[in-house]
This record gives sequence, structure tokens and C-alpha cells, in this order.
Amino acid sequence: MANFTPVSAAIGGALIGFSAVLMMLLTGRIAGVSGIFAGLLNFRSEDKAWRIAFIAGLMLIPVIAGWIGYGMAPPKLPANWAVIVVAGLLVGFGARLGGGCTSGHGICGIGRLSVRSIAATIVFMVTAVITVAVTRHVLGG
Amino acid sequence: MEIISRIIAPLLCGLIFGAGLLVSGMVQPTKVLAFLDIFGAWDPSLAVVMAAALAVATPGFMLTRQRARPVLAGQYFLPGKSEIDAPLVLGAGLFGVGWGLVGLCPGPALESLATLSPGVVVFVVAMAGGMILHDKWQASRPIVPRDAPVVRAADG
Repeated sequence: MANFTPVSAAIGGALIGFSAVLMMLLTGRIAGVSGIFAGLLNFRSEDKAWRIAFIAGLMLIPVIAGWIGYGMAPPKLPANWAVIVVAGLLVGFGARLGGGCTSGHGICGIGRLSVRSIAATIVFMVTAVITVAVTRHVLGG
Repeated sequence: MEIISRIIAPLLCGLIFGAGLLVSGMVQPTKVLAFLDIFGAWDPSLAVVMAAALAVATPGFMLTRQRARPVLAGQYFLPGKSEIDAPLVLGAGLFGVGWGLVGLCPGPALESLATLSPGVVVFVVAMAGGMILHDKWQASRPIVPRDAPVVRAADG
């Protein structure tokens, strides 16, 4: 557990929870990122402004952090492009089919005590742990 | 006033959400994968992030439920389904495999676009492709799309 960072994790988590509550309190919307993003991909949908505004807020943070001297390092991703493409497809398709992702089910749904969200979170945690176990310890990637 | 409900409030929420992801380190796939790697050098940080988020969100949502309607909107927009069904389990399962392959989920992926990392751009394009594929597939089926949002008035 050499890399365990409980203090920053707790502060960051509290901010995420606060954001989800504020979103519900002010706009009545769930701060589920996959649902917010997916609504932008449907060209007939008309309620795009709030979705663009939320995602713009997300994307502005690394820029603002850079200005004040806490620039974000580009994420470390697998060297194999095929893995990135397959992972992206699975995350997008799975989030839609399952009706949410880590934020929508894991934070907002469980926070609302939704049995569906608790089940979804357990399922994606288990398949993610198995995937990492297989790629790192079985295939040795 | 509409600019507050449609732009400023969601922008503010996105900023706070993004700050939380950045501060907690959850924008870094290495940090996420270290949590998921329970057979390796396990890093429980993600569990603390979720616990802290829920410690705020659970009582927070209970308080919002006291209000008949949101501050800036006419009604709440909540999912209408409550039962666990096959699409939920299958979808969450596939999502977890993709998440475990690279350590990115939608929030951190979109936030990381700001770094202009080519890998993140490819991931987000593929993620959008997966979503469009799903929605087209659902639309091609004879029944009503199963996850169409159901708008309902707040409880109570």
C-alpha cells in the first residue's frame, strides 16, 4: 500500500459527492458523466447546453490547475492502440446498456440508495478486478 | 435567468466534479488500476474516494428529496427503472472489462482530453462510438429504447 493517498482521496471524493448533490439540488439532474456525454451524441436532442457546460467544467480543471502550477500529467495508457480502442468501445457500449458508469451508478445511484446502482457497481468492480488480474498476473502484460 | 440554470450551474458542478477527480488522483489510470489490482501492490485510494463521495452525497440527496422541485428547474430528472435486469448486469460487466483494460472511465477520460494526449483522444472517440453503436442498436429494435429517461415528479 505504498501509494495509498487517503487524505487527497477523501478531499477529492467529498468534492465529487458535493458536486453530485449540487447538480441535483440546482438542476434536478444526475451528475452521471456517461449519460451527460451520451446526450450530446444524439443529434435530435435539444437539451445540450447544460451537458456541454458540465463537460466544459470537467475539461477546464486541468487547464486551471496548469495556470496555478499544478499541471496534470498526461495519463499513462497502454502502448497498444487496439487495447485502447477496444476498452473505449466497451466502456461506451457498457455504460449505455447498463444505464450508467462509475459516477452515475457508483456515486449518484448508490447515494440515492438505488438497488440497481448497487448491483451495477458490484458487477463492474468485479469484472474490472478480474480484467486487471488476467492482464497483469495471468498474461503478464 | 436561464443562463444560470443552463450554463452557470452545470459549469460550476463540472468544475467541482473535475477538481475532485484531479485532487483524488482518479484522473490517473495508474491510480485506478492500482486499486483494481488486488493481487498486486494494492492501493485502496479509490475506495476512500467513493466512501467520502457517498458520505457527502447520501445525506445530501436525502436533503434534496425534501424539496418538491430543484432550485433552478421545474422537476427532477430521475431514472424510472428500479429492478435489476439482464441489460444492467451485462452492460455493467462489459463496462468493467473496458475500465480494467486501461483504467479510464467517462469522467476522467473527458477531463484528460485537456492534456491533448493522443491515447485519450482515441479512447474518447471509441467510447463515443460504443455509445452510438448501442443507441443505434436499441433504436433498431421494435420496442421502445429500454433506458429512455422517464421524467417523474419528486417523491412526496
